[in-house]
Amino acid sequence: MRVLIPNPLLSYTKQARAVEAQGVTLDQLTRDLDRQYPGIRFRIIDEHQRVRRHIKLFVNRDQADDNLAAPLKPDDEIMIVAALSGG
Amino acid sequence: MAKSSLHKAAAPATALLIATRKGLWILAGDAKRATWKLQGPHFLGHIVHHAVLDPRDGKTLLVAARTGHLGHSVMRSTNRGRTWTESKQPPVFDPAHDARSVDHVFWLTPGHLSEPGVWYCGTSPHGLFRSEDGGATWQGVNGFNHHPKRRDWCGGDKDGTPDGPKVHSIIVDPRDPNHLYIGMSGGGIFESIDRGADWKPLNKGLLATFMPDPYPEYGQDPHCIRLHPALPDRLYQQNHCGIFRIDRPSDMWIDIGRSMPKKVGNIGFPMTLHPRDPDTAWVFPMDGSDVWPRTSPGGKPAVYRTTNGGKTWQRQDKGFPAQQAWWTVKRQAMSADGHDVPGLYFGTTSGEIWGSKNSGDSWKCLASHLPHVYAVAACAWR
Repeated sequence: MRVLIPNPLLSYTKQARAVEAQGVTLDQLTRDLDRQYPGIRFRIIDEHQRVRRHIKLFVNRDQADDNLAAPLKPDDEIMIVAALSGG
Repeated sequence: MAKSSLHKAAAPATALLIATRKGLWILAGDAKRATWKLQGPHFLGHIVHHAVLDPRDGKTLLVAARTGHLGHSVMRSTNRGRTWTESKQPPVFDPAHDARSVDHVFWLTPGHLSEPGVWYCGTSPHGLFRSEDGGATWQGVNGFNHHPKRRDWCGGDKDGTPDGPKVHSIIVDPRDPNHLYIGMSGGGIFESIDRGADWKPLNKGLLATFMPDPYPEYGQDPHCIRLHPALPDRLYQQNHCGIFRIDRPSDMWIDIGRSMPKKVGNIGFPMTLHPRDPDTAWVFPMDGSDVWPRTSPGGKPAVYRTTNGGKTWQRQDKGFPAQQAWWTVKRQAMSADGHDVPGLYFGTTSGEIWGSKNSGDSWKCLASHLPHVYAVAACAWR
């Protein structure tokens, strides 16, 4: 399925703004992303399997509420949003 | 005798690794420390807490970096910063034993000379990690992270610095890779003689004015601890509550800050030692009165030097602004080089780099307009 990558993570995808990844849950999807782009999952999910505080995951424009077990369908589109607040 | 042996080896060039709130810069000097060239930024936009060159090979650089939103990491270069890779396994707490998450890596220390590839790092919140592959992967030093008394030693959220509680000043005894010291803000100083398997507090004589018992077993706030490389039984520290020295095997710290001028006080963040003379050390005092402005006292920056192990201190401010300069120097941001007459360097909270070729007698601004400087490390740049 298609995964939209936010600017702060483009260094992991060699500047690709949209990539393909597989998985029947968000957990599996992010693990597949990490297999293709090593290190990217840790930028999204911490060591306690929690979505980082300033990251949001959307499935077909609906916020996934940080539920990594949420089921996915092959034609879903995933958007990763990274906040850029701060000074 | 060959002619070449009559001459001393040429002094190596000195470089300053400058870790800032917005990235890493390298200020490369020539062998005479006369001209300096600023290189960078590396990791622009990352908060860089520490950058250290491995003295064992002279080319491996490790950098403690994070962004504001995407977590922490350790960046690695094996060619003095020409190319970089990210740690494959950054330091993280074991979820099976610890509900905490690492917020940032704060301190990096190369391991013992006999253990190439070994590094230690200290994190916020309090965590100690070791790498045995040059920083590519990190494992918890669980003798500390899982120690049954760690929570007592470290306290809670109210016991850390404004930027979070942290492990810093990781020191490996140059005579023994099993002998380690760490500092905790807050928590105090702890010692291990078994490569981190167990730890004991080493805080006798250390004042903690903010505790009900001003001399507790632990809970102090050391800001920066340094072991003297030529006399490894001697350690100095700049503490939240003064300046102290210890000469092992004694376990009692000696208060050497009382001879500082009362108007300046004995509070500060960094402490730097002479590379060869165990009696010479430098501090950079800051205003620790009232609500702790953490600025140069009175807006008049100065370094203070002792040449007798802390019995007396001399002010060194030639070249600094005489007034209205309200910057200070963070705990990792002052460093000495290894020249015969050591050079001293520090970075300020206002983004300036100052240097002295004559051990602090006079100072010159080497770079300005950088972001808030967190760390400066002088190293031989061959």
